[in-house]
Amino acid sequence: MKQFLFSLRRVTLLPALSFIFAFFIGGIIIVISDPIIMAQLNSPGKFLTSAGARIGNSYLAIFQGSIYDVNLARESGVIRGFYPLSETIVTSIPLIFAGLAVALAFRAGLFNIGAQGQFIFGAIGASYVGFNFEMSPLIHVPLVLLAGIICGGIFGGIVGLLKAKTGAHEVIVTIMLNYVAALFILWLLKTSVFLRPERFDPIAPDVNPSARLPKLLGADLRLHLGIFIALVVTYFVWWLLNRSTLGFKFRAVGANASAAKTAGISVPLVTTISMFICGGLAGLGGAVHLIGTEYALTAGVAGSIGFDAITVALLGQAAPIGTLFGALLFGALQTGGRTLLSNTGTPSEIIQVIQALIVLFIAAPALLKMVFRLKKSVESKSMAAKGWNG
Amino acid sequence: MSQLNALQKRRQSGVVTMAILLVIFTFIFYVTSSRVEPVIYSFYLGDEWKLISEWEIGSKSGVMIFLIFALIGVTISFIQFKNNKKITLGSLMFGFGSIMAFLSWAAAGKFIPLTGLLQAAVLLAVPLIFGSMAGLLCEKSGVINIAIEGQLLFSAFVSAVVASLSQNLILGLISAPIAGALVSWILAYFSIKFQVDQVILGFVINVLVLGLTNFFYTVLLVPYESTWNAAGSFSAIPIPVLSKIPVIGPILFNQTIIVYLMYLIVTVIQIALFKSKWGLRTRAVGELPIAADSVGIDVNKLRFRNVLIAGAVAGVGGAVFTIGAVGVFSQSMTAGAGFIALACLIFGKWSPKGAFIAALFFGFTNSLQSNLSIAGVPIPSEFMLMIPYIATIIAVSGLIGRVRAPAADGIPYLRGTK
Repeated sequence: MKQFLFSLRRVTLLPALSFIFAFFIGGIIIVISDPIIMAQLNSPGKFLTSAGARIGNSYLAIFQGSIYDVNLARESGVIRGFYPLSETIVTSIPLIFAGLAVALAFRAGLFNIGAQGQFIFGAIGASYVGFNFEMSPLIHVPLVLLAGIICGGIFGGIVGLLKAKTGAHEVIVTIMLNYVAALFILWLLKTSVFLRPERFDPIAPDVNPSARLPKLLGADLRLHLGIFIALVVTYFVWWLLNRSTLGFKFRAVGANASAAKTAGISVPLVTTISMFICGGLAGLGGAVHLIGTEYALTAGVAGSIGFDAITVALLGQAAPIGTLFGALLFGALQTGGRTLLSNTGTPSEIIQVIQALIVLFIAAPALLKMVFRLKKSVESKSMAAKGWNG
Repeated sequence: MSQLNALQKRRQSGVVTMAILLVIFTFIFYVTSSRVEPVIYSFYLGDEWKLISEWEIGSKSGVMIFLIFALIGVTISFIQFKNNKKITLGSLMFGFGSIMAFLSWAAAGKFIPLTGLLQAAVLLAVPLIFGSMAGLLCEKSGVINIAIEGQLLFSAFVSAVVASLSQNLILGLISAPIAGALVSWILAYFSIKFQVDQVILGFVINVLVLGLTNFFYTVLLVPYESTWNAAGSFSAIPIPVLSKIPVIGPILFNQTIIVYLMYLIVTVIQIALFKSKWGLRTRAVGELPIAADSVGIDVNKLRFRNVLIAGAVAGVGGAVFTIGAVGVFSQSMTAGAGFIALACLIFGKWSPKGAFIAALFFGFTNSLQSNLSIAGVPIPSEFMLMIPYIATIIAVSGLIGRVRAPAADGIPYLRGTK
């Protein structure tokens, strides 16, 4: 446990600097896109005050919308004031699972762009088991989660198997499979198996109440049990990577596949297993998301979670605990983005820009070193995907 | 028979695959088919010389004719294989026959505007072709380009905005390659100067462009639509005489200026890559940079330049979405075309010709899909849309011939390392 927390410190400096720099550039973009402030450019003092106020208000709105809302607390009590925080965590939960699916793959030397498709398949499996059966929640919920793991795992495992057997590059295969999954769910929701009775728009029936995750803080807040599952799974992934033989093999293959082969590790087998586990993680995320917040399967069930997961894993430097915090931060940004527009008029799309900038700076530590004139090397874990033939 | 070499083995498996497929098609489209209503193919659009306007044929007889055509294709391939020659002609005949047999089966009792379908196919293929040429230029010189999507999207955005503000489509078209090259510059700068992993970088660039265009779309293009997002689009320029040829004319020679630019760019790339000094150097840098360096080629400079050119090429493709078609920009309007372009590049085995044909094929499946769903054919359009992606997975897994990327693709070059 101590080492689990220690790994946190090692991965914080670079993300922190990236955050600061990305928010700085995000602020500039907010200002230059505002014609009223830009019109004051001829009087620098006035311009700077209003620009500063604009940026300050925007980022304050993100905070209010994602952590604690003072106004809401004054009106309807302190617990209600934490409504944004609950929303932040709810948004983060699927990101944690999908982020771990990408992070674990990175450590095994694989770039898993396919969390999106694996997430969708997990949600499909969970939905089917969720609305078709009725039993005690103590059996039903684990069964639904298992369905998610298996569906996602198989969809991810295909990638590993293809890579192991034929050398097909996982990046290409996962990109293509994401589209296949997106089209497949569109088709599936139109079939009689999944179409909700008396509905014509593509939506599946709600999962039965026995398959839903219980809410933690009453019906008003959406926060559900999934966060504990996410924490347990994060710890499990950390344990798997750092304390188990299998995880050691993952890291060995990730660090140097030919050395691992010489040491007697079966690289094809490790590749297949690791992609199966990654797919299972993303699929579990899909299942938790479905029975925790969505209940009904729709074509947009995954939103852009699988893609945000990649940025989350990069932000977390491919470490499980880093990924956990990365997901929480991104959850906060996305939740805060919703109030940004209503409170300040700044479109919430600025969040996407800031997210991308953060990851760009993390992926290119050399740039940050240059900007902040860091002498000591800022450690960035190698997350190198190989060339197409590698 | 004596031992087959790798090439012959590949041809052999090609012939065997075609033969198996032909049997399956015969079974599905002919033996078990109970469709007898006629299919009507229309060929005439209005402006070209009239040779034939419509052709009506019973579903089953149509299927039979085209299956026989496909069979001839397979036979030719087999004979060519025995004589140790290329099987391209036979495969193309097989492909054409199979597709037409499928169409005759699927569209029983329906009306299929064949010329219109093919014209739409070319239009849908154009951005894919530009995109895959951009990927090609990067990857042939050893830089993986996942950011095609971002290059297309950003240049679509910029060309629409520039054309709207200046009310000048040509200016919009000129700005597009500049915008594409700008996105490419990020890729080149970080991957070559800082050796950042190119796949991750490309992914991040896509996210960045998506965020930026979405943001500026919401702040500028929506509220000030009449000045910022009202570009208009190029109209088709029929080429005299050529555009009058039945079927082919309207498909190839009655298009916008961007399509003609595409013909030019593909031709130039195909020739330059294999016949010029630049092309030889580019391929050397992509296959074995250390050897190229040893004869005095500045590896990283050449890569940098090629990545920028690639961005410019993708940029022209981006303009197709806005000033080449609908005339306005909308959020994430490229909708994954950059990734299909990547698929074309891989499916076309990293050659300009191959990528070009793959893009036409993917454009065709897309156009066919929309035509069939308009005609009310009960085949889920989702499965038709999956074809490019599944075809690519099959191609990279080596189930039909092995595709191989340039050897140094994705590996940064540092002097003194391998």
